[in-house]
Amino acid sequence: MNGGTSRERILGRVRRALTDVPRDERPEDRPVVRDYLRTHGERTTSESLDLLAENLADYRALVHRVTATDLSALLARLLAERGARRVVAPAGLPGEWLADAAVDILSDAPVLTAHELDEVDSVVTGCALAIAETGTLVLGGGPGQGRRALTLVPDHHLCVVRTVDQVVDSVPQALERLAPAAARPLTWISGPSATSDIELDRVEGVHGPRTLEVILLAEDPRSV
Amino acid sequence: MSRDGTGVPHSGGAAYLGMPAFPRAAETATRDDRLRANLRHATHTIRAKRARAVAELDDWARLRQAGAAIKDRTLRHLDHHLVRLEEAVTRAGGTVHWAADAAEANRIVTDLVRATGEREVVKVKSMATQEIGLNEALAEAGIRAYETDLAELIVQLGDDLPSHILVPAIHRNRGEIRDIFRDRMASWGRPAPEGLTDRPAELAEAARRHLREKFLRAKVGLSGANFMVAETGTLVVVESEGNGRMCLTLPETLISVVGIEKTVPTWRDLEVFLQLLPRSSTAERMNPYTSMWTGTADGDGPRVFHLVLLDNGRTDTLADEVGRQALRCIRCSACLNVCPVYERAGGHAYGSPYPGPIGAILTPQLRGLASPLEESLPYASSLCGACFEVCPVAIDIPEVLVHLRERVVEGGEVTIRGTRTTIKPAKRHTAERAAMRAARWTFDHPGALRRGQWILSRSRRLRPRRLPGPGRAWTDTRELPAVPAESFRDWWARTRGGTA
Ligand code: SF4
Repeated sequence: MNGGTSRERILGRVRRALTDVPRDERPEDRPVVRDYLRTHGERTTSESLDLLAENLADYRALVHRVTATDLSALLARLLAERGARRVVAPAGLPGEWLADAAVDILSDAPVLTAHELDEVDSVVTGCALAIAETGTLVLGGGPGQGRRALTLVPDHHLCVVRTVDQVVDSVPQALERLAPAAARPLTWISGPSATSDIELDRVEGVHGPRTLEVILLAEDPRSV
Repeated sequence: MSRDGTGVPHSGGAAYLGMPAFPRAAETATRDDRLRANLRHATHTIRAKRARAVAELDDWARLRQAGAAIKDRTLRHLDHHLVRLEEAVTRAGGTVHWAADAAEANRIVTDLVRATGEREVVKVKSMATQEIGLNEALAEAGIRAYETDLAELIVQLGDDLPSHILVPAIHRNRGEIRDIFRDRMASWGRPAPEGLTDRPAELAEAARRHLREKFLRAKVGLSGANFMVAETGTLVVVESEGNGRMCLTLPETLISVVGIEKTVPTWRDLEVFLQLLPRSSTAERMNPYTSMWTGTADGDGPRVFHLVLLDNGRTDTLADEVGRQALRCIRCSACLNVCPVYERAGGHAYGSPYPGPIGAILTPQLRGLASPLEESLPYASSLCGACFEVCPVAIDIPEVLVHLRERVVEGGEVTIRGTRTTIKPAKRHTAERAAMRAARWTFDHPGALRRGQWILSRSRRLRPRRLPGPGRAWTDTRELPAVPAESFRDWWARTRGGTA
């Protein structure tokens, strides 16, 4: 650990560098004009959902829409189609979601090692919220979301978004909602991982899950 | 260090020691047809995509102004925000270190890795760690740093230097990459599969397998950060491939080396930069993965977190009222992709991890005008202004270039390692020649001048006391003609025959 010397030296250099700043100016005195938009366009709830689905798909996520009654059947089908046998379900994931799936369900307790996670076929989670304008899912440490490694090491991630209360339109709205959660790590996911490092050819799926499936879950059958 | 030193940058950038000044390096690149074709394809493709991504947002200009204003506001009270950041990170379980220069940062990181007893670390692409030559410093201490970004892996396996901020291996084509993987992977870990072809998907798959074994056993991760939120102590890393998440999540110890200028005051400020950065950089609405973490978290990710705050010339840059705007930079690389000089010269000619227009203003300021390389960089531009137009934080790169040219030519007050010093005008026999040749190189490639008229038709604020051109224009006798009496290009065409 370095002593206070470099700290004081750097802070001293900063202060000497800023002799043009009036001594009595406080950090918040310089206004920042925030006349940019809170959202890009007015949308009804169902238009926001459509935009979310469209943007998710644009970045190669597979999107499904379902009502609460049909969720467990859908998850069972998607896992079966994938041939998944070992599936991680983080703490707090509603038990009924995977009730129909013919798979071995691993909880993360006791904590799975990275190598054990590497042997897992799929992970099923909820999310903190989803952003329509950018097609982004945000996962935090909340119930059903799990620690970060769970949605990183397996090759197949199924993420359920509760459309009634988890969809926002824009990045500013998302950050506002996430502020209280910021003490825990957050992961923003917009499509599966990708690289354009080889002659700018886009290749989907490098290190994270190469398949991302998003399930937009409606509580009320009439809204679908 | 004074300018009459050895021509070696005063700190950091070990990999770049002894790079020739810009024009000589640029000449080499210009002769490499394949490199130029690759670069041209890359920059033009990304440029067009970026324009589409930006056009999607009606409020782009306002976001850009807000981004610039937030950065300026932060810089004006950087000491205050750094202290707050330190408090917040410490409160959240992290340990904060301060590094005045590259050597100190490397020493801190080396000691931290040594203390874990590990001999290898996994690393996310980070400009700051390239700037200080961290990999080389670790190697000297017997510690192997594995680059995990696909392009950085290609660069590392090929024993090469990066050439672009965003796509560092853009100078390599798929056949070369296949050869590098086939020949070199085995000596770094898991070999490339038999019969590897040059299909990008197959190459990516080979990288996934090669790196996965490293991720799964890694005990120490190294990273930089795109943003640090002073209010909450949150660090943000924006990436595409997921190697960042691996390095930030799986190891037990995480060490992040971050330039002090990456600070933003509040959580809310991210709403501006998380809109500006992805669209300017990869031309996406949002990049595939963004990680945010605050100190350490029980049961999720590294149990030990160290943040190394890096100065290494940033406070010297801050002391320059014109030049300090370079510290707004969010490293999006948009300015590279529109720069006619970069397109022809290639990234390596800039002699630092920061190529293109941003490199031309940042490197001379971070290192001081310490050698002919730094003195030539402000001339590696036709001042066409395209970089300023696309910059998401409105850095007036031409203005800073002109300002630095004046410094080179006339000398003046600068701050070097925290001490105000008056430097003498560049020595004619070294700096002038380098600068002259850089300028001439630029003008000898007419495409590089496509929009060369732009500068003098711009605001009066930008008008230098003397013409920014080379040669006689530097002498005291020639005053600047009234704007816009003559375009720069015309001026050049007219004066060159007589004076150069
Ligand atoms: S100077 Fe501006 S355009 Fe260039 S990399 Fe930095 S932020 Fe991007």
